[in-house]
Amino acid sequence: MASAHFKKKSKTKEEIPTASLPDIIFMLLIFFMVTTVLRETTVQVRTTLPQAEAITKIDQKRLVSYLWVGPLKLADNRIGDTAVQIDDALVEEFGNIRLIMYRKLIEQPKLIVSLRVDKSSEMGIVMDVQQELREAGTLRVNFSTKRQINP
Amino acid sequence: MAGLLKKKERLEAEIPTASMADIAFLLLIFFLVTTTIDVDTGIGMVLPPKLEEDVTPPPVRERNMLKILVDAQGRVLLEDQPSAVSLIREEVKKHVLNEGVDPRYSESPQKAIVSIKTARQTPYDAYIQVLDEVWMAYFEMWDAEARRLGYSNYSAYLEAIEQTGAENAVRSRIKAGISIAEPDAA
Repeated sequence: MASAHFKKKSKTKEEIPTASLPDIIFMLLIFFMVTTVLRETTVQVRTTLPQAEAITKIDQKRLVSYLWVGPLKLADNRIGDTAVQIDDALVEEFGNIRLIMYRKLIEQPKLIVSLRVDKSSEMGIVMDVQQELREAGTLRVNFSTKRQINP
Repeated sequence: MAGLLKKKERLEAEIPTASMADIAFLLLIFFLVTTTIDVDTGIGMVLPPKLEEDVTPPPVRERNMLKILVDAQGRVLLEDQPSAVSLIREEVKKHVLNEGVDPRYSESPQKAIVSIKTARQTPYDAYIQVLDEVWMAYFEMWDAEARRLGYSNYSAYLEAIEQTGAENAVRSRIKAGISIAEPDAA
């Protein structure tokens, strides 16, 4: 008698409707496509960033132009002399920095130059880069640092 | 004759959509992997504009300037006295908030300037540590000033004035006067 009570009464479909699944996936896809910034440069210098506490975030990535300073990465994990890289090319002559940056500034007047300097570098080269940036008129800079993890 | 031109049968012209989700998934995974969510962080600075040939920078009274020198070995000299990185923060606060009391420190927060000078051989890391401490001193002073005006901290104050469009009274009272010294002519 009891078994009759446990018998299923209705035969409703137990399937999750999957018709809208592609739409959901597409929504996610479009979100990630919009937020993605593909990395277009290979960094040829080593930049281990220093740590700091008083940091600010740069929200608008479109305004940022990167400038790397650090020892050259050579084959089999050796490192060479300190070099400066803008975009995907090493800067051979220091005087070119002002030209490159000046052109970037005309394209983007609100340009922020993110200085990604290796922490073992000497201030001399950083000062030279700063002087070049002042010549170019790109005065907004950001000394790229990692967030300090307090003990 | 007309019968030859007649269509013989109607084929169902449908694209199979069963694999659509899989294709979308593949693309999704690709973008998931290549996306960098982390934002750039760093110490923001505005460099002083290039000096014109015949213009000398405006003179600053000696007492309004707190001189920090980082030497080639990364040692800190505060007003020519050997010091430590950890002491800079308090010293900067004392200097800026002096209000003309102590003759060795500044006249007013608006006139106070912190000058950071380095040698060419100074390690970049040491310079960043000093710059960080100076900025932290300013951040803490802004926080204190915002609390005095009745906000929980400076970022709460910033949000409040962003809505009303009011002038930033905290920043105009305590100006961030950080000077990156001109390199020596020699």
